Amino acid sequence: MSVSSYVTAGSVDDVLAALAGGARPVAGGTDLVVGARSGKSSLPESLVAIHRVAELRGVRVSADGLRLGALASHEAICENEEIQARYSALADACTIVGSHATRAQGTIGGNLMNASPAMETGGPLICLGATVTLRSAAGERTIGLADLFTGPGKTVAEPGELLISVDVPAPAAGTGSAYLRLEYRRQMEIAVVGASALVTVDGGKVTDARIAMTALAPTIRHVPEAEAALIGSDGGPAAIEAAGEAVAAASSPISDVRGSAGYRRAMAAVIAGRAIEQALARARA
Amino acid sequence: MKVATTLTVNEIAYPVELDPGTNLLAAVRDVIGLTGSKEGCDDSECGACMMLLDGKPVNSCSYLALQAEGSEITTVEGLATGEKLAPLQAAFLSEGGVQCGFCTPGMLISATALLDQNPSPSEDEVRIALSGNLCRCTGYDGIIKAVLSVANAV
Ligand SMILES: Cc1cc2nc3c(=O)[nH]c(=O)nc-3n(C[C@H](O)[C@H](O)[C@H](O)COP(=O)(O)OP(=O)(O)OC[C@H]3O[C@@H](n4cnc5c(N)ncnc54)[C@H](O)[C@@H]3O)c2cc1C
Ligand code: FES
Ligand code: FES
Repeated sequence: MSVSSYVTAGSVDDVLAALAGGARPVAGGTDLVVGARSGKSSLPESLVAIHRVAELRGVRVSADGLRLGALASHEAICENEEIQARYSALADACTIVGSHATRAQGTIGGNLMNASPAMETGGPLICLGATVTLRSAAGERTIGLADLFTGPGKTVAEPGELLISVDVPAPAAGTGSAYLRLEYRRQMEIAVVGASALVTVDGGKVTDARIAMTALAPTIRHVPEAEAALIGSDGGPAAIEAAGEAVAAASSPISDVRGSAGYRRAMAAVIAGRAIEQALARARA
Repeated sequence: MKVATTLTVNEIAYPVELDPGTNLLAAVRDVIGLTGSKEGCDDSECGACMMLLDGKPVNSCSYLALQAEGSEITTVEGLATGEKLAPLQAAFLSEGGVQCGFCTPGMLISATALLDQNPSPSEDEVRIALSGNLCRCTGYDGIIKAVLSVANAV
């Protein structure tokens, strides 16, 4: 099947009109076009290129929080010093996506809408409490990111819906976050397992915690049992180990060429523990 | 269906007619005729096809040519000034960074993007930046040395 219709949108309204007519959006193309090249799927018959839409650009940090336009690139996110300092897990994630070419072209909107269970930015954004705004010709809705994903490559978005922006509330004082993946090489890699942690500390006690797992279940999701193991604790080795074990227990990994399910489950505890340690160190810094 | 568009490569505007599914590498090599950029893997793994799009690296085999309309595209042919090689090109020659040469156009573009952004990278930063560029001759040490020699000269 070849592409029979292609338009470059100049505005969000242009995009929504094209989507209503059955077109699929393409941003950086690093999933959509690459998937077609490697033969996994063919290109959609009708495409709307959204990469020139100014309203979808931008990375804005304010006292209230962070707003990412759907077109914010991994490069723009990981180079932002305020994101590195206050939304560290997200910066950790964007820094290790692909190579510098992938980071320059790949967008946050494409990363989330591609909904890979191994994708880097989902776990950090779930821990940070992100919401996403979806808009179609019929209207707009804002949902929690955790509710966006329904399965590998699947989201609740209707075909006519465009991801407009990602909003992240400002973390409370005393909060640190981190994302880590088990990798066999440092770049051009897919997470074997990944873990995100966000912790808030107050006077030696952990007062809030959010832990998410990556490449360990059909969707990226948070792990309430691991959070419970940390909240109210001193954030010491025993609490970290209990939280790591809780992540392993909650996981349902697959076996593939990159690792067996048993290995992934064992490493889930280790990687989650390290992510929590790093988040705690940042919270206390 | 063919779409008429203009692609600007190395500061020259080329009017072209393309099938919308055409990738940027095919447009530049087969339609425009600039064959410096190479096709290695054709699915964004090797970097042999790397070009600059408004100064940022892109794996052109996996980028729709029509999306590059309105952007400045730079290929390896655009690095030299007339007969005078760019410092990185000269360094690849003097440091032994070229064996069969197949990866070289992509390596040069990737290193150009790195040095534009970070004029004095550490060896580790060079290795990280070039990790999306595979050299099937495995001549990485000469390539890294060449990039570092230019980085240290500026
Ligand atoms: C070599 C390589 C390495 C990679 N490494 C990693 C990695 O380490 N970690 C990682 O997480 N990912 C990785 N990726 C995947 C990819 O780069 C990212 O997911 C990227 O963020 C996708 O963004 P894009 O703009 O290129 O998406 P596109 O390919 O343009 O789009 C992806 C999907 O999302 C849809 N879409 C795009 N934008 C919107 C929108 N605003 N609203 C609704 N739907 C939309 C498209 O229709 C398509 O279905 C890698 C890819 C390559 C080629
Ligand atoms: S040919 Fe484009 S990345 Fe290999
Ligand atoms: S010099 Fe032969 S592929 Fe690098």
